[in-house]
Amino acid sequence: MFENFDAALLARIQFAFTMSFHIIFPAFSIGLASYLAVLEALWLWKKDQVYLDLFNFWKTIFAVAFGMGVVSGIVMSYQFGTNWSVFSDKAGPVIGPLMGYEVLTAFFLEAGFLGVMLFGLNRVGPKLHFLATGMVALGTLISATWILAVNSWMQTPAGFGMNEAGQFVPLDWFEVIFNPSFPYRLVHMVLAAYLTTAFVVGAVGAFHLLENTAPRRSRTMFSMAMWMATIVAPIQIIAGDFHGLNTLEHQPAKIMAMEGHYDSHPDGAPLILFGIPNSAEKRVDYAVEIPKLSSLILKHDLNAPLAGLDSIPEDLHPPVGIVFWSFRVMVAVGFAMLGIGLWSLWSRYRGTLDSNDWLHRAAVLMGPAGFVAVLAGWITTEVGRQPYTVYGELLTAQSISPVEAPAVASSLIAFIIVYFFVFGAGTFYILRLMRRLPRDPLPDLDDGPIRTSGIMPGPAAGNIHTGNPKGSAGHGH
Amino acid sequence: MDIDLAFIWAGIIAFSVLAYVILDGFDLGVGILFPFFPEKHDRDVMMNSVAPVWDGNETWLVLGGGGLMAVFPLAYAIVMPALYAPIIAMLLGLIFRGVAFEYRWRTRRGEFLWNWAFAGGSILAAFSQGLALGALVQGIPVIGRAYAGSWWDWLTPFSIATGFAILIGYALLGSTWLVMKTTGALAEKARRIALRTCFATIAAMGVVSLWTPFLKPLYLERWFGWPTAIFSVIVPLLVLGCFVLLLTGIRGKRDAQPFLAALGLFVLGFAGIGISFYPFIVPTSVTIWDAAAPDDSLIFLLVGALILVPIILIYTGYAYWVFRGKVDPEEGYH
Ligand code: HDD
Ligand code: HEM
Ligand code: HEM
Repeated sequence: MFENFDAALLARIQFAFTMSFHIIFPAFSIGLASYLAVLEALWLWKKDQVYLDLFNFWKTIFAVAFGMGVVSGIVMSYQFGTNWSVFSDKAGPVIGPLMGYEVLTAFFLEAGFLGVMLFGLNRVGPKLHFLATGMVALGTLISATWILAVNSWMQTPAGFGMNEAGQFVPLDWFEVIFNPSFPYRLVHMVLAAYLTTAFVVGAVGAFHLLENTAPRRSRTMFSMAMWMATIVAPIQIIAGDFHGLNTLEHQPAKIMAMEGHYDSHPDGAPLILFGIPNSAEKRVDYAVEIPKLSSLILKHDLNAPLAGLDSIPEDLHPPVGIVFWSFRVMVAVGFAMLGIGLWSLWSRYRGTLDSNDWLHRAAVLMGPAGFVAVLAGWITTEVGRQPYTVYGELLTAQSISPVEAPAVASSLIAFIIVYFFVFGAGTFYILRLMRRLPRDPLPDLDDGPIRTSGIMPGPAAGNIHTGNPKGSAGHGH
Repeated sequence: MDIDLAFIWAGIIAFSVLAYVILDGFDLGVGILFPFFPEKHDRDVMMNSVAPVWDGNETWLVLGGGGLMAVFPLAYAIVMPALYAPIIAMLLGLIFRGVAFEYRWRTRRGEFLWNWAFAGGSILAAFSQGLALGALVQGIPVIGRAYAGSWWDWLTPFSIATGFAILIGYALLGSTWLVMKTTGALAEKARRIALRTCFATIAAMGVVSLWTPFLKPLYLERWFGWPTAIFSVIVPLLVLGCFVLLLTGIRGKRDAQPFLAALGLFVLGFAGIGISFYPFIVPTSVTIWDAAAPDDSLIFLLVGALILVPIILIYTGYAYWVFRGKVDPEEGYH
């Protein structure tokens, strides 16, 4: 079995599959870690129980998501060796140390303080506990920085030479790290993580507003999330635009695929809104297009010439169909997010943020939007880079391990089964945790002042931690 | 004077692998022992005894793997494909046990599933690590810059023996950890298990040690040649010393002594393996100098490692200190 499969294709499927699962968790936990730090800071500052309750509610969800991120991440770091050993041998001297720094500066930091953050409030008191939460959040951001430096270097390699063994060798570390696409990608990804989290938090808040289970907490989180959406969605669109311009400069073939430009346009290229890329005939069927707009967006000039894929040898074309569509999905989600942000702003202005059922329904629907955009974005990025692993330098076909196809196929099947089972269960538990927001304890406390006593009537669902900033927190089971 | 960067890095990688083996060793061990403790209450306590630290323990594995890619990319590129199946199996095992830490508290009906995931994942991960170790020690064929064997080469009687050895050894670490961290009947039972696994560990170490020199002429020469033969005398003596401490610790109902002695056993075993095949990093084809990345890469990461590893040790130590003492059966945030 499987002898007739191409090991390289299987390894690519395996990488795409495991990576797509992995990125879902960081995209959520980067944002959630920062959100938790903000909640705890607000609690320490304003001494309002609502923030501590929200902190504890999201902390449990964070723990589950983070666990899934860790185990799927460990798979990633070993997969370079098992499936992409030639790539590892060649690119290891350049990207290896960056990943080494990721472990030393980020993973240890997160892991070291995670235990204190999850279990330690009673043992260390609120101040140190807040420090731990902050360290975990910082760790996730540092981790994103290093791994994106790595990925960006593969997209737009810089600051390297070659040695006799055919390895990439670092010449200038500053150029390696701050390679041309790194700043754009970092900003875009961190914003993406924040947006992803904002929409999840917003959806949970909106759901409970609709159910009217815990008005005060749901209102607080919904409002916080919608501020985030309102402010960050437009910034993300602008950042994405800059990112695209940068990509045009360094990876023009990727932009051609994203735009569906098979042909060069000497005097102004159209923006193809929709259509079906037909790579056999080298054209986009049923295209709905706006003349010259693409030149306007990419060159800020209606009549600027834009080269198409016909200017590039065919064996160096990225797959157009996937890139074309994934890009459109991401952009559509981005604009939908912008729409929700503006709508919530309008409702806020009208004073109906807490009562606008249609807004709440839309927000629930948009809960998974961030994940969709993140996946679509990464697929655009990664597939658009083909046929290279290190852009312009090392072909994907030359990066593969000397392992036999049956080995890769069996491990791929094992990963698929295990991931769907394990991460499916995790998603189920997370959804269930999200649904079980314990009721607000007493209606009249809803808008009430700060509670100073640490004891609170524990509701049956029992996930609430009572506590006051002095640290005499009790425990719910 | 020339600084031998490859040598320094070999030391750092060896340190992080050792740190991984003893740290994750005890928390995998706790998972391996799960089937022997059917009571829910005992299992809760066992899991809580490692819950705050397991993630940090596992990070040493990421440093070992990621660090290898950074500083010995050739070795990483040869060893990983050679050990393909055991590595994948280990990863899958780590997934099951890793998620169990959270999932187990999230469901009542499905709890049994995650009990199995925790125990089964720990056993699978430990056994695969042993297989990988055995496959490495028995040697990996290389042509050019690539692994030249087939995808079943790792499976031999020797690697199966090392698989069981690691499994038993981790069970010893786990049981002595429980002796140290728990109280009452649970600790009493852990002590009984520690007593048995400690004899089993010594036996397993003996089998593997007697077998190893006959795998490769190099090892034979190391063990019985001058001057390395000194170690062949010293190491077993120290092992004996640890064994005595372990036994007296268990018999004398001391809390920490058995665990520390078990750690000692692991350090010695690790040193023994190191002596056998240094300076090879892929026995017996590639030395640390063949595999080393260019100096620029080694220096760049070394600066960070020298500054950061001590800091990491400090805050990791702090995290252990926060959760020091016996586990309070009523505690845990779940
Ligand atoms: C550090 C490096 C790195 C990072 C951060 C990512 N990738 Fe990647 N990706 C690779 C390094 C890489 C690679 C090793 O270079 C692959 C393997 C085969 C290939 O062509 O590139 C690859 C391929 C690859 C493919 C297959 C493309 C193809 O073969 O046509 C997909 C779909 C993704 N990746 C998806 C992702 C996603 C969803 C990521 C989001 C986190 C991601 N990648 C981050
Ligand atoms: C192929 C590339 C990648 C590799 C090899 C990789 C590796 C890892 C590893 C080993 C872990 C577990 C660390 C631990 O033990 O705590 C992890 C977790 C994490 N990764 Fe990745 N990763 C990759 C891509 C990414 C990307 C693209 C991002 C985000 C931009 C990211 C962000 C994170 C974060 C924040 C964590 C912490 C755990 C979590 O929040 O889920 N990683 N990754
Ligand atoms: C609507 C406006 C948006 C535009 C114009 C835009 C633009 C882009 C472009 C051009 C790329 C490919 C970059 C490359 O070639 O490397 C990209 C990638 C990506 N996008 Fe967007 N994007 C938008 C919205 C979003 C949103 C809303 C999210 C997530 C919430 C998102 C997440 C991502 C991710 C995760 C990637 C892959 C990582 C990267 O290369 O930065 N994008 N985006």
